[in-house]
Amino acid sequence: MADIIEVKELTKRFGNFQAVKGISFSLAQGATFGFLGPNGAGKSTTIKMLTTLLRPTSGTILIDGHDPASEPDAVRRAFGIVFQDPSLDEDLTTWENMELHGLLYGVPRGTRRARIDELLDFVELDDRRNSYVREFSGGMKRRLEIARGLLHDPKIIFLDEPTLGLDPQTRNHMWAYLGRLKAREGITVFFTTHYMDEADRHADTVAIIDHGCIIASGTGGELKRQTRKDTLEDAFLLLTGRDIRDEGASGLEHLRMMRRARGR
Amino acid sequence: MLRTIWVMWLREVKKFSRSRSRIVGALGQPLLFLLALGYGLGSVFRAAGQGNYLQFLVPGIVGMSIIFTSIFNGMQIIWDRQFGFLKETLVAPVPRIAIMLGRTLGGATVATVQGCIVFALTLALGFHPYCWTFIVPAILMMFLMASLFSAFGLTVATFVRDMQGFQLVMNFLVMPMFFLSGALFPLTNIPPLLRVLVTVDPLSYGVDGMRTLLIDTSHFGLAVDVTILIAITTLLLAIGSFVFSRLQV
Repeated sequence: MADIIEVKELTKRFGNFQAVKGISFSLAQGATFGFLGPNGAGKSTTIKMLTTLLRPTSGTILIDGHDPASEPDAVRRAFGIVFQDPSLDEDLTTWENMELHGLLYGVPRGTRRARIDELLDFVELDDRRNSYVREFSGGMKRRLEIARGLLHDPKIIFLDEPTLGLDPQTRNHMWAYLGRLKAREGITVFFTTHYMDEADRHADTVAIIDHGCIIASGTGGELKRQTRKDTLEDAFLLLTGRDIRDEGASGLEHLRMMRRARGR
Repeated sequence: MLRTIWVMWLREVKKFSRSRSRIVGALGQPLLFLLALGYGLGSVFRAAGQGNYLQFLVPGIVGMSIIFTSIFNGMQIIWDRQFGFLKETLVAPVPRIAIMLGRTLGGATVATVQGCIVFALTLALGFHPYCWTFIVPAILMMFLMASLFSAFGLTVATFVRDMQGFQLVMNFLVMPMFFLSGALFPLTNIPPLLRVLVTVDPLSYGVDGMRTLLIDTSHFGLAVDVTILIAITTLLLAIGSFVFSRLQV
């Protein structure tokens, strides 16, 4: 069976800084893949390249057989994504956010309406369809983003830290949704997380990226055996070291503060 | 393509119609200018033999409300880029140029409506256009100006990463464009340096066009105004679409 994601020697350079250094990996259709690494290791940069938001410096990517550089729209139709920072329009309602996505992706009207109903029901937001998104909690927004990302029937869903900032209850709910989703639609899940137990429990395979290189990959069990540790977290710490990483994104932090101060 | 433009337009209009505080808030500044300058400087202006200052000022103040609303709207992309909706549209399988055009038209519509509200207020404050039917072309003129500055705001915002950058654009581009446009003063007998600045400022032509249609006073001539505004808008749309098509997050 052909791989749904194929990455070879992928490199991204920002000026003198090499954020991603020639990584290669591939993913079979229907797999759940945990992409792990400390802050600033190159996770988000890689996801951005896979999802056509950033052009690679060198290397090749094939998503569902298409190259993001030459056939961006074919690639875009093949995946759905939940970004690390919410990307919903908070001044619109649940329904309007879904409808807008459906229109942008050219989902025909009849299917669109039915699919929105089905997905809102699936993430248990059907009773909030006419609520403004700004009234939602973090967990509700995340659920809506998952529903939205699935609206156009993608083959892959990218989840960039989908459970960040959620309480354990909501996190468990989220994985329960994703589990049911996989069972129902056979979708490929590509996620990043800082919760190692989550990766261990839910990913078929994981890869650990650090300083732009994939330093380990395999099943959670394999990584634990290789490092002779009991938990994936210990294995992760052994592989990536105990130094605290700083993400050089002070401008972004500043914007976040401004946004909070503005209350929007 | 058309569907995308329409969706992006509709989004801007919906958001605007729902933010009453923004609509009302954006009325404060033009009103203040009208009161302080229109009434405050009115007698000086009349003594200088230039006629009624309020009449003269209104087209400029409408232009001010258009430039601020459209550019501010365009600059929303700075927030949108990290926390908002921009990424959702950038991963959608639609031409980027359609996103740019839809946002520009949406922003232009919103700014035109805002300009009309300000204009209606000036009517209540005693402004009287010299010919009522010319209000229709005046609104078209507002839309043209608004398209120009929406495209400008969107294009500039793609180069701006944070709030400091936004302040920089406001202080070093938007404020000068407003103050150097002839919105507040007649363009006859001004020093040569100021004349050069006025001539390169696109807002000058918008305000001049408005003045032609509303109080029958023209500096450049309506044909020049419209030609220059259309040319700059087209150019900005082309640049903006290019920049948008290359936009990375």
